[in-house]
Amino acid sequence: MIYSLFVQGAQMAVVLLLAPLLTGFVRKMKSRLLRRRGASIFQPYRDLLRLMRKEVVLAENASWLFRVIPYIVFATTWVAAALVPTFATGLMFNWTADLIALIALLGSARFFLALAGMDVGTSFGGIGSSREVMIASLAEPAMLLVVFTLALVAGSTQLSTVAAYMASPEVGLRVSLALAMFALIMVAIAENSRIPVDNPATHLELTMIHEAMVLEYSGRHLAMIEFASSLKLLLYASLIASLFAPWGLASAGAGLAAYAFGVLVYLTKLAVAGYLLALFETAVAKMRVFRVSEFLSAALMLGFLAALLLFVSRSL
Amino acid sequence: MHVAVILGCIAGLLCGGVLALVLKRSSHISWMTYVASMVICSFTFITALTSLLTAGGGVETLTLPLGLPWLGTHFRLDALSAFFLIVVNLGGAAASLYGLGYGRHEPAPHRILPFFPAFLAGMNMVVLADDAFTFLLSWEFMSLTSWALVMAHHQERDNVKAGYVYLLMASFGTLALLLAFGLLAGPAGAYDFAAMRAAEHSTTLQALTLALVLLGAGSKAGLVPLHVWLPLAHPAAPSHVSALMSGVMTKVAVYGFIRIIFDLVGEPTWWASMVVLALGGITAVLGVLYALMQHDLKRLLAYHTVENIGIIYIGLGLALAFQANAMTLAAALALTAALFHVFNHSLFKSLLFFGAGAVLNATHERDMEKLGGLIHRMPYTSFAFLVGCVAISALPPLNGFVSEWLTFQAILQSPQIPQWGLKIMVPAVGGLLALSAALASACFVKAFGVTFLGRPRTTAAEQAREVDRFSLAAMFIFAALCLAAGVLPGYVIDSLSPVSLALLNDRMPVQTSISWLSIVPIAESRSSYNGILVLGFIAFSACLAVYVIHRFASHALRRAPAWDCGRPDASPATQYSASSFAQPIRRVFGTLVFRAREQVEMPPPGDLRPARLHVSLRDLIWECIYTPIAAAVNYAADHLNYLQFQTIRRYLSFVFFTLITLLLLLTIWT
Repeated sequence: MIYSLFVQGAQMAVVLLLAPLLTGFVRKMKSRLLRRRGASIFQPYRDLLRLMRKEVVLAENASWLFRVIPYIVFATTWVAAALVPTFATGLMFNWTADLIALIALLGSARFFLALAGMDVGTSFGGIGSSREVMIASLAEPAMLLVVFTLALVAGSTQLSTVAAYMASPEVGLRVSLALAMFALIMVAIAENSRIPVDNPATHLELTMIHEAMVLEYSGRHLAMIEFASSLKLLLYASLIASLFAPWGLASAGAGLAAYAFGVLVYLTKLAVAGYLLALFETAVAKMRVFRVSEFLSAALMLGFLAALLLFVSRSL
Repeated sequence: MHVAVILGCIAGLLCGGVLALVLKRSSHISWMTYVASMVICSFTFITALTSLLTAGGGVETLTLPLGLPWLGTHFRLDALSAFFLIVVNLGGAAASLYGLGYGRHEPAPHRILPFFPAFLAGMNMVVLADDAFTFLLSWEFMSLTSWALVMAHHQERDNVKAGYVYLLMASFGTLALLLAFGLLAGPAGAYDFAAMRAAEHSTTLQALTLALVLLGAGSKAGLVPLHVWLPLAHPAAPSHVSALMSGVMTKVAVYGFIRIIFDLVGEPTWWASMVVLALGGITAVLGVLYALMQHDLKRLLAYHTVENIGIIYIGLGLALAFQANAMTLAAALALTAALFHVFNHSLFKSLLFFGAGAVLNATHERDMEKLGGLIHRMPYTSFAFLVGCVAISALPPLNGFVSEWLTFQAILQSPQIPQWGLKIMVPAVGGLLALSAALASACFVKAFGVTFLGRPRTTAAEQAREVDRFSLAAMFIFAALCLAAGVLPGYVIDSLSPVSLALLNDRMPVQTSISWLSIVPIAESRSSYNGILVLGFIAFSACLAVYVIHRFASHALRRAPAWDCGRPDASPATQYSASSFAQPIRRVFGTLVFRAREQVEMPPPGDLRPARLHVSLRDLIWECIYTPIAAAVNYAADHLNYLQFQTIRRYLSFVFFTLITLLLLLTIWT
């Protein structure tokens, strides 16, 4: 009981501690790919600390909701990130929420963040919110169809069970899983506002979505939101890793050595995922906002095709 | 025993209506009527709740020597009607409480007060009726009283049109139901529900009944394409009546569908579920897309009712599909999901209409483009409305999420269904359900963001005042119930088990005995959800973050003008409006569904006129179905006009030939 509670706590701490590191690593890799030296991979921690120490400059007509939302967004994303198996499956509270609930938790975070964009009543906040919900309205169903596919293969929507099943040899190579993986990666790119959907580094008005939405935030509030987006990136990286590369996950009640091994493997997976993301972002150009719907419709169709294949035949 | 008590309550409501009619000059009649309705509804609510919880699947019947002499008036209280009585009277009690405050601003109370309790009585009677005559009579009574309430503000032009369309659709729906009951009763005329339940119905007859019930109950509930009256009529009524119509009356229509299809018709065939599923999926997505295009707050909510009815019908269609394939556990899951959503929707839709009514009261404005910034002036209303928005957007940890989650779990049970049609249909419907959930959350970001956040767009919005305590009490009660049903869903699921036991002979596993109050629809290895822990974790991590930051980091704060990329514009017109918020979604979905076209009118250089952007949307359902029908009716009326000017001899011969034809038909049928 105490031991499993400790492992659960460790999981929560691990995602919290690693999230800025992953962001920093991706930035570093992108810089290196562009032949720049880039900031240290620990820069995001320093940014967060600096933001937390600064005073908040709040717009005059910002409401109480505007001040509460950063904490809601951070807490929801953190809880969601802590539910994804990172280095171990079968954690103590894994059954609290399944994959569908996980998507809905991220949906809650986005709902509130979009409201925050509307709160001050500026045109940039509005543009960011309206584009964000447009992207979500396509990405969320695509994600749910991916979940359908996984649930039909593994016979469960419980993330821990699915990950354990995906690690077992009976899965084999399946067309539907390949389609689902591509759909999930596309959704992950869109949800984390990465190139080609959005550019996390830009402050050029017309190209930004996420950044426009949080334009009015400053100080500790901005720190919470930046932290939440790092957590979200980590969440998607761990989700894809635990579902489609489920090796080295420690099972429930394993010894300390197994957990340590799990953490090592997890770090390697994150490094690979971060490098691939940086490589992809360097290689493609950002697309126009209204091409995003085509990109995401493709994800939606891939997800649908994957689910449909499984309804037609269990072995595809 | 329970039946008699509830019938007494219904009689009390009817008396209240009559009294309000007689004493319309009295100055106390407004609060007297609402207090009486509230007390009676609460009492009925408690009676129905005890009946559902204690009697379980027990059935009570009562026959009164009223109505048709050879039939009498039959009433019956079983688990299904007890559940719907709970929904009706919970909504009724809250609407009466809200009416206590809201009704004070009513310019013409005598147009509302007599019909309000009568409307409640009508809905209660539909749910209790146990023969076709009583059912149809109550149904029509419910329709007519609600029509009178829609017409309460009859001086407004739009309301007259709304009332006309509503009256037409309501009579059409009753006609379809009349025919459906005629088919079920057979040539012997067994209009008693007990006889219909016992009779064997052929497949053709089942198919015809399904079509007629979908027309009749579906038009009342708002299934696409029969929904057209709903977004006109629901916003036209006073807000507490809108809440009743949207939150409760559509549920009575769902009750009619369940009663006839699940209870009276008997074993379904699998293609019946295909029809229901397809209609449900289309209704869900189209309803929310229509809602996204609205900028009238109450109309937006009314279109959302259409969406939620779609979600409920998806659940019902799944239940039919599983039942046809003898997968009773999965069928119980799907039916429970649908009924849970019925309950949830009655809570949050009433709450949202109460909120919209409060906004209307405070600003005299329903158009979101003229609101904004109300969170500063109406903090309590905006908080309650926000809870409703989160609940209806199916976001955890509130209740809307739980019922949609259960529906998704039911969809995931479907690969075992052998029929190919369903195998392809179910994942498609699952995709539509997911799409509608995502669009709903976009829509409520828009509804809340434009109405309550930002800067006020007009002086009316600037000078808004918080509403009275009665209205706030009604809103907060429902907001609390939304939270309670969301974090403790196991109790709701368990109280729904007698209903699925009665209709499907199976039930979901007992939920309240599971540790930590999780819900587990099938088995823990398959799926589980724990609302209270999700809420607890979020609250814990949020508090932790707040504590750590305010303890160890800065808590300095300075107010300054908005940043807005360095170029803030003082005019509130530069904010995003409802239509600009919907623009990305309109471009993605609207070009196909609404044939949306944008036209930019740019004056030539040197011309000082402003540039204009015109957006045109077309309602294809109205254009392709209703306009041709109206044209056809006009054409037929013109050409049948000559029948009006005949001699008495001709008329007698018409009567004679009609009689002969009908008798012939009867002999052929038997």
